[in-house]
Parts: sequence; C-alpha cells; structure tokens
Amino acid sequence: MSSLTIFKRELKSYFAQPTAYAIIVIFLLLSLGFTFSFGEFMNVGDASLEYSFFFWHPWLYMLIAPAIAMKLWADEQRTGTIELLGTFPVSTWSAIVGKFLAAATVSLVALLLTFPIILTVNYLGSPDNGTIASGYIGSFLVCCTFIAITMLVSACTRDQVVCLIVSVTICTIMVLCGYDSFTRELAKATSKSTVEAVISFGVWDHFSSLTRGLFRLQDLVWFVSFIGLCLIGTSTILSAKRA
Amino acid sequence: MIEAAKLTKRFGSKLAVDNLSFTVEKGDVLGFLGPNGAGKSTTMRMVTGFIPPTSGDAKICGISIVENPAAAKRKIGYLPESAPLYNDMTVIGFLKFCAEIRGLTGPEKNEAVERSIETCFLTSVARQSIDTLSKGYRHRTCLAQALLHDPEVLILDEPTDGLDPNQKYEVRQLIKRLGETKAILFSTHILEEVEASCTRAVIVDRGKIVADGTPKELLAQAPNGSLTDLFRKVTTTDTAA
Ligand SMILES: Nc1ncnc2c1ncn2[C@@H]1O[C@H](COP(=O)(O)OP(=O)(O)O)[C@@H](O)[C@H]1O
Ligand SMILES: [Mg+2]
Repeated sequence: MSSLTIFKRELKSYFAQPTAYAIIVIFLLLSLGFTFSFGEFMNVGDASLEYSFFFWHPWLYMLIAPAIAMKLWADEQRTGTIELLGTFPVSTWSAIVGKFLAAATVSLVALLLTFPIILTVNYLGSPDNGTIASGYIGSFLVCCTFIAITMLVSACTRDQVVCLIVSVTICTIMVLCGYDSFTRELAKATSKSTVEAVISFGVWDHFSSLTRGLFRLQDLVWFVSFIGLCLIGTSTILSAKRA
Repeated sequence: MIEAAKLTKRFGSKLAVDNLSFTVEKGDVLGFLGPNGAGKSTTMRMVTGFIPPTSGDAKICGISIVENPAAAKRKIGYLPESAPLYNDMTVIGFLKFCAEIRGLTGPEKNEAVERSIETCFLTSVARQSIDTLSKGYRHRTCLAQALLHDPEVLILDEPTDGLDPNQKYEVRQLIKRLGETKAILFSTHILEEVEASCTRAVIVDRGKIVADGTPKELLAQAPNGSLTDLFRKVTTTDTAA
C-alpha cells in the first residue's frame, strides 16, 4: 500500500520534469538509429532482432539506467526529505520497492515504445515473435539490474553526479565482462577459471541466451537474485547511515 | 504522551545526547532550549524514530519507538529542522501524498488536506509548485504535513526559524492553540518564544538537561530575572566546549 503511494509519487516526479521524456527520446533515437545503421538491420535480414536490435541495449542501458535511477536516494538525502520518509509510518523496504518499480516503469515505457521495430520485422518477413518477446524480457531484466545497482550507489551518496559516475563505471564493467572480444583477450592473459568467473559477473551470458529465445531458469535466477541483493544492500546502507 | 527515558546517542566518539529523560503530557508544550549543537535535533530524531538511540528508549502514547516504530510513528507529527520538501510537487500534491502515506483515503484525505491548508494559511499557494515558494511558505507547508493526521504528539524542530516577525507570531499562537489538546515538544534558541508559548521548558547543553521548569520557575532561578542570563549561566559557548 505505502509502496504504491511512493511508486506513484516517484513516477509523477519523473514525468513532471523533463528527465523521463529526455531519457525515453534518447533511448528511442539511439536504439532505433543503431539498429538501422551499424546494426545493418535492412541488409542482414535479422528477423529475431538479436544482433541488429537487442545487441545495443546493454550498451545503452549502462548510461541510461544510471541516469534514471541516480536521483532515487541521492536527492532524498541532499534535500533532507529522507527525514520525512524516515518518520512516516512506512518501512524503508516499501520505499525501496516503490522507488525501484517507478524507475523500472520509466525504462519499460522507453522499451515498449520501440514497438515499431516489431511491426517492421513482421511486415518484412515472418519472424519468431516468441524469440522477440523473450529478447524484450531479457532487455528489461538487464535494465532493471542496472537500475538496482544505481539505486545501491545512490544510497551511499547525496551527490547525483558522483552516483552517476560510479554506477556508469560499474555497469560498464558488467557489460564488458562477458563481451566476446573482451573475454577473448582476457583468455590469452589469464586462466580459464578466471575467465569463467568474469563472464558470470557480466550480463551477456544471461542476456544473449534470452535474445536467442532460450529461456533458462538459471538466467532468471541470476537476474532476480542480483536485483534482490542490490535492494537488500540499499536497505542495509540506508539503515547503517542513520545509526 | 512522550516519555523519553535515558536517551543516549553517540556519533563515533562524540556523545551528542547524554542520558536524557523527560516527559510531555497531553496539554503540555515543552520548549527545548539550548545553544547550537546541544543535541536538540538529535534528541528529536530519536524520539521520532528517524535514528535509533545508542541506548535508552522513548514511548509515544505508551508505544515504544524502538520496539514498535510503525505504530508509534502514526501518533507523531514531525517538522524537521530544515523543513524538507519534495520540490517537484505542488503544495496540495505534496500534502495529498503525505496524507495517503499516513493511510488517509478518499473524502477523509481531502478533508485533512483542506483543514491543514487552512490552519497553516496556505490557501493562496495551494496549487503553486513548491520550488517557487518563499521560505515562510515552505516552512508552513512542512508544518501542514505534520498536522494532517491530527496527531496526538507534535514534535517541531525550530518551527519559527527563518520566519519574519509576523509569521513567528502566528506560529507561536498556533503552537499555543494546538498545545491545548496535544503534547508538543518544540526546540528553539529564541528565549522569548519560551515565555510566549511554553507551559514548561528545559535547557539542554552538550546533550544534558541543565535546567527544567515552568517559564516562571526558570525566571526565578535566573540571576537578574531574565531568561537570557540563565541561559548564559547554564550553557557553554561553543568556543569554550
Ligand atoms: N549524523 C551525525 N554525525 C556526526 N555528528 C553528528 C551528527 N548529527 C549531529 N551530530 C553532532 O551532534 C551534536 C548535536 O547536534 P544537533 O542535535 O544537531 O544540535 P542542535 O539541534 O541542538 O543544534 C553536534 O555537535 C553535531 O555536530
Ligand atoms: Mg538543531
């Protein structure tokens, strides 16, 4: 109940300011732009959208998710409204969930607005729409993971810029870990087990199986537990800061 | 209604509040006096459940803030020191949000918001965005938030800070009026405020209570019959500490 109230407030605040609009427009321009230019969508005839479209999402999210979520706790601490929130009869946990869902909703709106690409592939050929749906779920989960990381970082600082820089760095590392050309270089330099550990920390392994339409339980568990851990971490940091 | 028992707060090696006990009954307005850094805000943050005490407890209407924070917080209206607000909202939007989070819905919520807006003279700015408000209005918006659920206990941290003399007068009158039916704890370092609106006052210095009584009793203790002299006598200047 109180999660819902906080969710509505956060969502309104995104759309009361240019933030959400700017983020959504930038995401649409870049994701569709990349698909039709570097992704060579028209030439390759990639109907599953795996390489031409979804391939770009983690790269975009590593910038966009921190931009969405950086204010969640940083702003609350800078303006002191955390003191209001902390003395309302709501648990920290419901505030965390409400805020996380609001940020996730903004990214979901951006993602769903890419629907013209689905119409296009269906018009041009006969794609496997199940695979595309699974790609969308994977893409959304990657974005939620980055939002959760940013939320954790924003609990640590009252400065949005610091939060942005730190979370972009962490997300970039997670994108690079497991990215093919990076892991190939790494494999030359280190042992096999290190490479495997690095790959499992990155998002590609879990994301790309979903974009291929492969729904593996282990990927879902990975995303959900990663997000869960970040939210629990946020709660721990917030209470530790008050003590 | 408010029973603080041996509240203590340590920040690292610094003892901000030292074994502080006091009670505020219904109908009481307790003035919390003290120089800057005495530990007034820290005490209030513990009583309102924002920060946990290092040791000790506070009971709000008999409910422990440490053991049952959610239930105790329902009884409290709190105005934090800097009157923090969500700047991206309108006054009425903000108050509706606060009412909703306190569990008010439907017509009950709207009535509570209307009443708070009237009590705090916010009608003219109700639909204005908070980031365009002047300081006095910001303060009163935050005060309105504390009154929404008609709480039995009001805790106000420097409610007249930064207001002009007219606004100060109005807030003091409001505190006096509300104090008839509630238990109010409010902090200040303006001494005339104590005489104007308190039924009792304590002077806090470096986390300890150094004087306690009705404004009359305190005046009687004062060397020259002025609160300022008593204040200067019992508290330390920050340069000395
Ligand atoms: N979060 C904190 N961390 C460390 N020290 C703090 C913190 N909050 C308050 N203090 C210290 O505790 C003392 C009491 O502060 P405060 O309660 O704000 O005083 P007052 O409200 O009476 O002016 C001050 O010396 C202040 O520096
Ligand atoms: Mg203070």
